[in-house]
Amino acid sequence: MGWLTTAMILLPVGGALLVWLIPWDSFTAGAIALLVALAEVGLWIESLIRFDFGRGGLQLDQKTSWFSDLDVSYHVGLYGFSLWLVGLTVVVMAAAIAYAFWAGRSGSRAYFGLMLLLTGAVVGVFAAQDLLLFYVFWEAMLLPLYVLIGVWGGAGRLGATIKFVIYTMAGSLLMLAAVIVLGLSQGTFDLAAAWQSSSDWLFLGFVAAFAVKAPLFPFHGWLPDAYRESPPEVAAVLSGVVSKAAIYGFIRIAIAKFPEPTRDFRTVILVLAAIGLVYGSLLAFRAPDLRGVIAYSSLAQLGLITFGVFAVNDLGLDGAVLQMVNHGLISAALFLLAGGIERRAATGEFARLGGFARGRPMLATLLMTTGVIALAVPGSSAFAGEFAILAGVFRVGWGYALVGAIAIVLAAMYTLRLISAVLHERPGPSVTPEALDLRPAELGVLVPLVACLLALSVWPAAITERSFTNDRAGNDVRAQFEASR
Amino acid sequence: MIPTPHVDWFALAPELVLLGASALALLGAVLLPRESRREYGALMAALGFAGAFVYAIVIYVHSPDAHGVVADAVRRDRFGAMSQAIVAGSGLLAVGVSYAERMRDEHIAEYYSLLAAAGAGMCFLVTANNLMTLFLGLEWFSIALYILCAIDRELEGSLEAGLKYLIIGGFGSAVLLFGSALVYGATGELAFERIAGAISAQSLTDDAMLVAGLAMLIAGLGFKASAAPFHMWTPDVYEGAPTPVTAFMSAATKVVALVLTLRVLVTAFPQEAHLWTVALAAIACASLAIGNLAALVQSRVKRLLAYSSISHAGFMLIAISADSPLGGRALLYYLVPYAAMSVGAFAVVAARERELAAPVTLDDLAGMGWERPLLGISMGIFMFGFAGLPPTGGFVGKLYVFSAAYRHGWTWLVIVGVAATAVGLYYYLAVIRAMYMRPSAELQLGRAAAPVAGGSPPRDGWLQTSVALALGVTVGSFFAVQPLIDVARHAAASLPF
Repeated sequence: MGWLTTAMILLPVGGALLVWLIPWDSFTAGAIALLVALAEVGLWIESLIRFDFGRGGLQLDQKTSWFSDLDVSYHVGLYGFSLWLVGLTVVVMAAAIAYAFWAGRSGSRAYFGLMLLLTGAVVGVFAAQDLLLFYVFWEAMLLPLYVLIGVWGGAGRLGATIKFVIYTMAGSLLMLAAVIVLGLSQGTFDLAAAWQSSSDWLFLGFVAAFAVKAPLFPFHGWLPDAYRESPPEVAAVLSGVVSKAAIYGFIRIAIAKFPEPTRDFRTVILVLAAIGLVYGSLLAFRAPDLRGVIAYSSLAQLGLITFGVFAVNDLGLDGAVLQMVNHGLISAALFLLAGGIERRAATGEFARLGGFARGRPMLATLLMTTGVIALAVPGSSAFAGEFAILAGVFRVGWGYALVGAIAIVLAAMYTLRLISAVLHERPGPSVTPEALDLRPAELGVLVPLVACLLALSVWPAAITERSFTNDRAGNDVRAQFEASR
Repeated sequence: MIPTPHVDWFALAPELVLLGASALALLGAVLLPRESRREYGALMAALGFAGAFVYAIVIYVHSPDAHGVVADAVRRDRFGAMSQAIVAGSGLLAVGVSYAERMRDEHIAEYYSLLAAAGAGMCFLVTANNLMTLFLGLEWFSIALYILCAIDRELEGSLEAGLKYLIIGGFGSAVLLFGSALVYGATGELAFERIAGAISAQSLTDDAMLVAGLAMLIAGLGFKASAAPFHMWTPDVYEGAPTPVTAFMSAATKVVALVLTLRVLVTAFPQEAHLWTVALAAIACASLAIGNLAALVQSRVKRLLAYSSISHAGFMLIAISADSPLGGRALLYYLVPYAAMSVGAFAVVAARERELAAPVTLDDLAGMGWERPLLGISMGIFMFGFAGLPPTGGFVGKLYVFSAAYRHGWTWLVIVGVAATAVGLYYYLAVIRAMYMRPSAELQLGRAAAPVAGGSPPRDGWLQTSVALALGVTVGSFFAVQPLIDVARHAAASLPF
């Protein structure tokens, strides 16, 4: 059944080529992209049905030699938790493509082709079971993003892309050096093979790439510009999906393959995550515009997820996977809502916004619902995720749990500030009565995202109980934790 | 009567085909009416390179056992055949690029004749098996290239480029010749294997004259490969020469110089490996540093690509300095996408030059990606390839080069290479930024009087075909690594590692 994973990688790439090579008009190009993205969701549902959660281990895998003398192969497959991340990817990408289709983008063939290529690359990152293949997909993920921000971004896009590229490429190249040295010293690049390394330097090489991409404090310098200057749906993908690839890397490579260095550096990483969590929350509270709040809250949330991952225990990891999906959906929905608000008011600055709720019930309801889930109200899926993370990290040290709890209070503060600044108060100077409520097409994009969040709120165990049970990656991770206790 | 050695004509077929094509093109310059010389010359050169390519492949297939031919002056082996195929392939692409160039009819047939002659010299050089044939082949193609650089007398800087190349290239050749003389003086031998035999038989490993000769040989070849610190001519010559010539030079000259470096060092000086591996690693580091750092501040695209080619010489020297079959494989693999990307990138520059009728700066590329989709995307992929990003053969090439350095025990060299790659990204992506992220409205030509006709210039189809072929090789070599590496492994196996 390995063809299913390969199909999920190749379908969007094929779609991209289809959009590029034939001179469609811009409507047809967008429609093709949307159809491919929806078909991708269909493929994912098919693989969800075929996935045997009771069995655990690598499933839907396929292996073909690529070049044998260095033992590099095309090896793809999915674990339970990567299946959920692929699901997040295909859903958010479909929403982003649908939003772009509705909003209209100049040079649409190039645009939609790149979005599809990005989809295939991110799915590839989550599915790759070969170090070099992982790196290839990792780079393939950055290049479309570079062009998407650089060409279709806002006024400050050139500066934003330069920062983005310098940060991420510096990280990736350290990872490349680590990949080469690790693969050659192990004699194979296959990730699924049973080997572990105890080299601190290689571990740090990987961590550098992941920490920049996530981002972890203090590697977040590229984040505010990139998130502000991107088109809203690209920002949604960047913070909703691409940042998860970094956390995935932490779990799949850094922790699973480097148990000893993980133990040695765990405190450092947890402290950085704690700083990012509090610092990001404070910046989000002080940010003057919509995107600033979402961007910095993303930094904070990824700090929290890193808590869960580097707690390296069942609760923490389960919570982290759930929270990755939650945060992906939340921040995608928020960025798309921000895009809608910016279209209507031509600005995202709080000083010029306000009173959006009056006469716009759909917008108010969706923003409110997403915001309330984002601030982890009890009963929401984010509450379940954050609770599990805090419970997990509490076992490592009560101090981390305390910081996390404080940050959740801060999250309530910045989210409520955002909601009241946009929806309530008196109408701002940029908010005119002509600004309409959400259109049916926007609802068609946003309602499924929020519906996913609500479904997860009802049944968070769908993910937490189906990520690591009897799973080889989980065993790797857990065995490591037992040893370190 | 002088005894003549047995000549294996088949082993010399690529050179002979190209020489024949060169002669026929030259005849056309005299016999044919002026208006048909361009088509005729281009056709002859294209047929010559295509024939050489096919013969190189046939020789590759039929030469599983390496052996010397023509009294051991030339070696018939898969290593040489694969290099000849790369040279002939880049020559073929260069003909397509040249055909599209806005060149005057006056010396057009001579131009193609010289191009084929240069290709013949290169094909001869990569099979050289003693110091005499080495020097002969080197001068053969160099002299052709000196003239090619200066052939367009109307082009600003073309004469200067030719003269500069002649003087510095001549100096490089002199150094090489002096080095050969010293090696001959120390060992009393010319053939590569016999030099190695003499070194071990007379235990000359630490002989001062031999080591000095070796150093001068490396320096002379370094001039041709444009490795730092022997690179000074490169940016000026690449910039001043007609762009199709630059495309051919940057691809093919580098191929032959590096391939020959590997052959000479491994065959003739295995006992000196402790010296030349270190020397080449140092040259590689210098090339990486100088090439990448200088490219950062270039505004003219041809100069930028010239410095980039210096840095690529550095990457490939890393492979040679590993002194292992893996290093040989890495070099031969790397050369395939590198040659394609070089010709392709300069071809795109040539196309832009024609549109603007002016030297191309980074700013002049503004909006090109949208106006010329095929050229724009190809240039973008070439830049990714130079930068070592997937999905291009440049990525796999760098992987093999770094692997070779790591297996040699030089992890530090891997780190230097990765750092150089990081610096390189900045200027490679600057090209993409210029093409795609700046609107063409920003284009400040101030040369409205220049004869810029609208639409696609004549004969553009061949240029686009060349670019598309180069693109195919660049991307194809990423996916088809296994077959290429197998070919490279058999080729490298004919060297005595």
